[in-house]
Amino acid sequence: MKCRELMQELEDFLDNDLDATLRAEIALHLDRCGDCRLVVDTTRKTIQIFCKTGPLPMPEDTRQRLHDALRRHCSQQHPQS
Amino acid sequence: MPSDSTQTRALAPVTAPADNESALVDAAQAGDVGAFEALVSRYEQRIFRLAQNITQNREDAEDVMQEAFLKAYQHLGDFQRNSRFYTWVVRIAVNQALMKLRKRRPNVVSLDQELQTEDDSMPRDVRDWGPSPEQRFATTELREILSHAISELDPDYRVVFQLRDIEELSTEETANILGLSVPAVKSRLLRGRLKLREKLDKYFGRSENA
Repeated sequence: MKCRELMQELEDFLDNDLDATLRAEIALHLDRCGDCRLVVDTTRKTIQIFCKTGPLPMPEDTRQRLHDALRRHCSQQHPQS
Repeated sequence: MPSDSTQTRALAPVTAPADNESALVDAAQAGDVGAFEALVSRYEQRIFRLAQNITQNREDAEDVMQEAFLKAYQHLGDFQRNSRFYTWVVRIAVNQALMKLRKRRPNVVSLDQELQTEDDSMPRDVRDWGPSPEQRFATTELREILSHAISELDPDYRVVFQLRDIEELSTEETANILGLSVPAVKSRLLRGRLKLREKLDKYFGRSENA
């Protein structure tokens, strides 16, 4: 397998969506190719860092406006009897 | 159930009995506004982040979040449970966010078009990041780095990356929400991941002499 071929399979490799034969071919290539190993490693880290870093806390006034709007909307849709 | 069924639901300010999404959805569909607010509280932070990441504008993000939850409430009777409630709300929020983005930047967003294949996706000058590169930054600084990196991404890649890697939806769910084919989602996702990798490399990459 060449670097360019690995790039074509990278998406499915990162998502564990490849058959065992292709995975083994990629593993073999990664054992031999330091650049591809770094690309795979740092791309995985990119995904993990985005995934595990929580969002900036939503400002309280934004939250308040959301819930005020919901209550207004809900009371219009369901007038109290 | 038709969408106008919400008009006939009685206002029932009771609290849903269990901390369980299905029970909350049942109660909300039966007219329990408190249960709907509990669902909103559960997901508002994530929907706000999604809206902010897609629109890249704080006011738009707030509008998108409000519109998405109000629409969700209005159409609660249409929610058929063939997806998670959260996925259903994400779909509404993404549509609202893309509408905002198209209004602001009509020539930029082309999610329904196939992208030209780039032939230069093999990264160059790759560097090691070390075992836990994110730990070299304080949380606030890290969030700013990630926010800046994602803001520089093309909207086509940004939306797909947001849904797949931040919201952790499946490729099929993402394709379905965006009206794209599965191969198109995969191609954009890889492109987006590699571009973000490149942007983060400026912060996390360690030179050989370091």
